[in-house]
Amino acid sequence: MSTSVTTATEESGVTRTFEAFLEAHLEQEMLRFTTAGSVDDGKSTLIGRLLHDTKSVYEDQLAAVQKSRVNRAANGHVDFSLLTDGLKAEREQGITIDVAYRYFSTARRKFIIADTPGHEQYTRNMATGASTADVAIILIDAKAFAKAGGLLPQSRRHTYIASLLGIPHVVAAVNKMDIVDYSEASFTAIRREFEALCAQLGLEGVEMIPVSALEGDNVVTPSARMPWYSGPTLLEYLETVPLARAETAGPMRFPVQLVLRPDANFRGFAGQVARGTLRAGDRVMALPSRRESTVRRIVTYDGDLAAASYPQSVTVELADEIDLSRGEMLVEANSDAAALPDVSNRFRAMVVWMHEEPLVVGRTYIAKHTTRTVRATVRKIDYRVDVNSLEHGPSDAIAMNEIAEVEFETNLPLFFDSYKACRWTGSLILIDALSNATVGAAMIVAPIADTSTGETRRPALVLLPGRADLAERVQDALGSCGERAVVIDDALIPDSAVTAVVRALDLAGVIAISSRKLTAEALAAIESFAPRAVRVEDGTDDEAILNSLTEQR
Amino acid sequence: MTTLTATEPDINEIHAARLNHLQALEAESITILREAVAEFARPVMLYSIGKDSSVMLRLAQKAFYPGKIPFPLLHVDTSYKFPEMITFRDEYTREIGAKLLVHRNEEAIAAGASPYKLGTQNCCGLLKTRSLLDALEEGGFDAAFGGARRDEEKSRAKERVYSFRDAAGQWDPKNQRPELWSLYNSRLRKGESIRVFPLSNWTELDVWLYLYAEKIPIVPLYFAKTRPIVMRGGAMTLVHEGMQLFPGEKVEQIKVRMRSLGCLPCTGAMRSEADTLPKIIEELITFRRSERENRAIDHDEEGSMEVKKREGYF
Ligand SMILES: Nc1nc2c(ncn2[C@@H]2O[C@H](COP(=O)(O)OP(=O)(O)OP(=O)(O)O)[C@@H](O)[C@H]2O)c(=O)[nH]1
Ligand SMILES: [Mg+2]
Repeated sequence: MSTSVTTATEESGVTRTFEAFLEAHLEQEMLRFTTAGSVDDGKSTLIGRLLHDTKSVYEDQLAAVQKSRVNRAANGHVDFSLLTDGLKAEREQGITIDVAYRYFSTARRKFIIADTPGHEQYTRNMATGASTADVAIILIDAKAFAKAGGLLPQSRRHTYIASLLGIPHVVAAVNKMDIVDYSEASFTAIRREFEALCAQLGLEGVEMIPVSALEGDNVVTPSARMPWYSGPTLLEYLETVPLARAETAGPMRFPVQLVLRPDANFRGFAGQVARGTLRAGDRVMALPSRRESTVRRIVTYDGDLAAASYPQSVTVELADEIDLSRGEMLVEANSDAAALPDVSNRFRAMVVWMHEEPLVVGRTYIAKHTTRTVRATVRKIDYRVDVNSLEHGPSDAIAMNEIAEVEFETNLPLFFDSYKACRWTGSLILIDALSNATVGAAMIVAPIADTSTGETRRPALVLLPGRADLAERVQDALGSCGERAVVIDDALIPDSAVTAVVRALDLAGVIAISSRKLTAEALAAIESFAPRAVRVEDGTDDEAILNSLTEQR
Repeated sequence: MTTLTATEPDINEIHAARLNHLQALEAESITILREAVAEFARPVMLYSIGKDSSVMLRLAQKAFYPGKIPFPLLHVDTSYKFPEMITFRDEYTREIGAKLLVHRNEEAIAAGASPYKLGTQNCCGLLKTRSLLDALEEGGFDAAFGGARRDEEKSRAKERVYSFRDAAGQWDPKNQRPELWSLYNSRLRKGESIRVFPLSNWTELDVWLYLYAEKIPIVPLYFAKTRPIVMRGGAMTLVHEGMQLFPGEKVEQIKVRMRSLGCLPCTGAMRSEADTLPKIIEELITFRRSERENRAIDHDEEGSMEVKKREGYF
């Protein structure tokens, strides 16, 4: 999009200062930050204070807060948490339940704030707000710290999640300094313990700021009551923290979102550059086909581009007609193996579980990774992390709000990087196939070498020779354990087409069921693209057949 | 040909290459629009003719360029819209070649539904919410794009980009699907739907800056002009053809503009001299009041927008 401001001069009577403002605003960069910490640490109050002191709250909104029947702030202060706790239930219960997004800008930057809940029950909403953040502000309540004699478990959990999510910058705001008489000793005690936690988590460059959200100390205005502190205020920190994202550099990744084909002469691949830079004239390779071509044009509504970088949304036209569709990916051709994404259907990932029903080994979930949707089966839980001690322990189920390393196998290969190397191509969400709820967030650690010899893969075809009566029951049984399966005995599918139908269904992650009697040639043809994936069930004990089909699912 | 260089990336270069905030917002919105078109069977765009809809429409043109916008636009007409809005709607959608659907709750309109007779809550319920839910059901739409922004109102600040609605079209704010990174969950069962908000992260100022930078046309009512006004319920109401004046009401000529466009009886005007986009932007940054303040519907009671949204209002 064009950001030229030369047209500003065509309006006579508009002052030069305004032009300068417009120019500055059009060129502003954007910073996303999130709050985190235990319940009642003062996150929402801090955000309200930040908005208020930067003059980002409209008069009528402030008046509504002042008028509100609810006020939990001490000493006759305005309850600033009401500026973000926008749901009725939140005001009634005095806690944040879901993320509130707020916006403000200063002369330097435009900020997107995600104010997240501290309550353990709503960890999933904290993760939602934190997943896109450039900066995490971890709040620590100085009073609660003194009372508990250390960091609260929820402060540790949130710091751990912030480190897992790879939020580039973490800053700790030690809050409620007013209650501890603005004492340096209280701050130092917290700093020691928090720094130890950061060292354990490998978090570097963590800044710590003593604040009072209620009174406004060190939020926007430097505090006169803490002369022992000489660092930046929270706002100064947010305005100056460097913003280079790892995704700007590094080997290019372009997941295809859509194929645009407005007429017979144009076929473009629409998507957002997930990392690096794509240039017209570049040699590129399509995954999974590994076919190569050249970028002919980078098309946008505002004209062709010579290059597009993360996170631009563009449409790519290639010089050759190669097979490429949604869910596939363009990467640089001719680069060495280390610069290519891993292509595999087995990987291990750190999982934050977000649903009442636990994650269990053997279950199959729907996984969305970049623009690709596949089915992912939990093969193993490597370990569960104790958020207090950060120690690893064994487990065969992961309950809500727990974090674990898990091994997955997908029905189709994914093209991925480790989450550490690239947020966009290293993350996925898990969806329950029956309820459609988003149940987990996963960050890829590494692929797993294929050691699947002898192991069972999801069948491509379940053959029940001559047992049309059993086919429907098998379909239901597979469906009830989360698989998609379909009977292909329809008269319109001739035996000669069965191989092609099974192939198409297998690519779509669907199991074919048939009571036909297939020739050895047909079975061999299916085995050629899906080794060990035809199950012939010709026993007489129906229950045994159903059990054997469902037990590994 | 591109090869990997082993050298460290230059931080200054990376910094210079960063998109400005409008470009970053644009890229995000385009991704959302494309993702929904890829995954839903029958998307539709709610077109309210306002400034936010104008931005959303331009983003849709960009997302699918050089193709046309691959879904229809739906306008829920309450019959109380400003005539300038209807003229603008018909001309602009024709000009850009978009497919326009207009839906009205004819039954309620024939029965004389009005905010004076029913109160704003019930009137909105019938002419907007009911009408919208009917239109979505009749069209079999499983996803509807809306131009709502999170900075508009405190319950909107809580809403996901993909906002799930049950089979009755209702929003459950206490039980929203987690939404991480830009991985949106579009899975639905029969009858359920999703409202998709591509402008979630835009502010009012962003919208005006974008309209300006992109030279996007908007309804002339947004620009200040001397217009006939009566004071009604503490708000300046625009006098229009066929409007009945209450006893004691007096028509005055005042230079005003509309900060947001809703229905004639419920959208107040504001005094303003801003008759160009730069002047509006200049006015906005010195402003200390939120844009929805001039709309009667939001302050019927504390949390009234949340109540409306739960019931299916956009
Ligand atoms: N004395 C004092 N009280 C504070 C301060 N900051 C917040 N509080 C109070 O602490 C309580 C909790 O504040 P909130 O802002 O709702 O806490 P929160 O972290 O957002 O809580 P959740 O979102 O529910 O996790 C309120 O009563 C605030 O008035 C502070 O700096 N000093
Ligand atoms: Mg809170």
